[in-house]
Amino acid sequence: MKNKDIILKVENISKQYRLGLVGTGTISHDLNRWWSKIRGKEDPYLRVGETNDRSSKGDSEYIWALKEINFEVQRGEVLGIIGKNGAGKSTLLKILSKVTGPTTGNIKTKGRIASLLEVGTGFHGEMTGRENIYLNGAILGMTKKEIAFKIDEIIEFSGCERYIDTPVKRYSSGMTVRLAFAVAAFLEPEILVIDEVLAVGDAEFQKKAIGKMQDISRGEGRTVLFVSHNMAAVKNLCTRAIVLEKGSSTFEGDVDACIEYYISNNTNKETNLSYLSYNEDKILQKIEINNKLIASGKDLKIRFQLNLKAINSTNIHLGVYNFNDEKILHLSSEYFNKGYISETSEILNCEIEKNPLTQGLYYVNVGVVSDKIEVERVKKCLVFEVLNSDFFNCGIILKPSTLKAKALAEYKWY
Amino acid sequence: MSTKNNDWLYTISPKQKLIHLNFSEIWRYRDLLFLFVKRDVITQYKQTILGPLWYFIQPLFTGIIFTLIFNNLAAIPTGNGIPPFLFNLAGITSWNYFSTCLTGTSNTFTANQGIFGKVYFPRVITPLSVVFSNLLKFGIQLLVFVCFYLYFVFFTTKASNASPQFVIVFLPLLILFMGFFGLGIGMIISSMTTKYRDLTFLVGFGVQLLMYGSAVMYPLSYFKEKVPEYSWLVEYNPMTIIIELFRYMTLGIGDFSIFKILYVGIAIVLIFSLGLIIFNKTEKTFIDTV
Repeated sequence: MKNKDIILKVENISKQYRLGLVGTGTISHDLNRWWSKIRGKEDPYLRVGETNDRSSKGDSEYIWALKEINFEVQRGEVLGIIGKNGAGKSTLLKILSKVTGPTTGNIKTKGRIASLLEVGTGFHGEMTGRENIYLNGAILGMTKKEIAFKIDEIIEFSGCERYIDTPVKRYSSGMTVRLAFAVAAFLEPEILVIDEVLAVGDAEFQKKAIGKMQDISRGEGRTVLFVSHNMAAVKNLCTRAIVLEKGSSTFEGDVDACIEYYISNNTNKETNLSYLSYNEDKILQKIEINNKLIASGKDLKIRFQLNLKAINSTNIHLGVYNFNDEKILHLSSEYFNKGYISETSEILNCEIEKNPLTQGLYYVNVGVVSDKIEVERVKKCLVFEVLNSDFFNCGIILKPSTLKAKALAEYKWY
Repeated sequence: MSTKNNDWLYTISPKQKLIHLNFSEIWRYRDLLFLFVKRDVITQYKQTILGPLWYFIQPLFTGIIFTLIFNNLAAIPTGNGIPPFLFNLAGITSWNYFSTCLTGTSNTFTANQGIFGKVYFPRVITPLSVVFSNLLKFGIQLLVFVCFYLYFVFFTTKASNASPQFVIVFLPLLILFMGFFGLGIGMIISSMTTKYRDLTFLVGFGVQLLMYGSAVMYPLSYFKEKVPEYSWLVEYNPMTIIIELFRYMTLGIGDFSIFKILYVGIAIVLIFSLGLIIFNKTEKTFIDTV
């Protein structure tokens, strides 16, 4: 083992919440609690409580939003926290950023923690952009001097120079978010906690934001805890990750392994071999794939059964996505004359002779375009799994380094 | 081999001491306190025509109405021939500071739950900023009082008996009492309202009722003379003592005793400490119950 510089240590963190309305009953519960405390007994409501599963109905009024979470973070590490809605991610971040206290357990830290749970907190509409930068910066823990030192950079990064002395209530929502993110991006705590901030702003600004995040974590060696649903962003930024499920941490490790674990556990594992329309007026009546398990490099065939009443000059667009929602292939019929839906054949096939997909789960979206207008769209109509294989027919199945790529290609070395 | 280094900067844990006040942390956030005060001051009268003039208008009109109702109509004497308007202005100025501190801090948690739910900073900063930004308003109202005082002394003969007492040097301490008394009660109420909203209803009319029990528009001696059986209610109300002291310091009328000063000092320290304890207990988990 190497010398580890552990900057944050989470030990046995649990958090209990009371369900339902806080109203009738709380005084009696409080008195009950107080009474058992006086007699030196354990809190009667801490014993009950079930795991945190929002879909199943439980009997108890109390649930554990987090149960016995343990992990350590090293200095300079970017830790991703992945999990479904309600898995306890935000609760964990709230405890980390001291917004709320844990029910049991300890968190020990060697650095200041600052959080970007949601940007733009504390903005006051009546104050100008510049005044708000100072206020927001101070709320996030900066001193006036620090802000004054960085204010030009912050304004430049936000791209709101022209409006900086205008009250924020006159800003567009996008501008407000830009300004808020700019303040947060120039925070300099030892540990930065980020929750879903990348889902804001336009594409250009998102790119800028991700770039800044990468600078913070890589260039400046800051420790970052990052929570997001955007697997691509997690993969991009994080080195290690933990997976939360129903309030407990179920997997911890390398970011790729985590994402894979998360995806394989949280998507309908059932592959979907065919799609059937229940509406006879739809153009797409039936879509089928030749095999639910396909090895890389093998034949992939998708068969469409169409409604012949369909109009002429209609194209079918087929998108193959991985479970990070990244589009890997786009197979359009418009480049093939035969692909036009003819009035004679109701069957149409799309075939890839040697599929270039790497191991993993994929899904297919299909769109029907007529005269440049999309007239029909079916999402996730097919779900299939690609298995690792001997793609190059050389007796070696693909190695992890190759599998990191999103697609394969046939090539030669000579 | 891993070398375990155990000098943690701080620990987050459910257990807490009775008073967990990290003064160095509050000191580090002093800029935030200043910026909150600045925000309150500059945003309060934005998009009003009269702007900060309202600070003058409020006590002026209340003073006029009080004089009309309580002195001209109900004929309450002010004692020692002090002009009733000046007498009322003294009461209103000190009462206003206390009551704005109380009402302003009593909704700390409910009004700021959005920001408290997202980012951590020492929560005490928020009610403290209310006390400080109200201090500015108090300063302006005190100025109004001083102006009228000077007017009555130099341009009329009505205030010939009014004389500031030597103890006026302790006025800053008295102002501190007013602010922290309001802050203490406000913190208690704001902590209780995170779970039980009943108290929010109480604050509105409770403050108004308390004003009648705090000798704002009558001298304590007159109350004792007219309603002796209930006079202890008013007499031991810390605000009565503070207002009487204020009038004693500035106008030379009213009640002054070392015993009562000690009593009010202890009462305020107790209430403020209680407020701090409850506030501290609440701030850690209020976001779950608010």
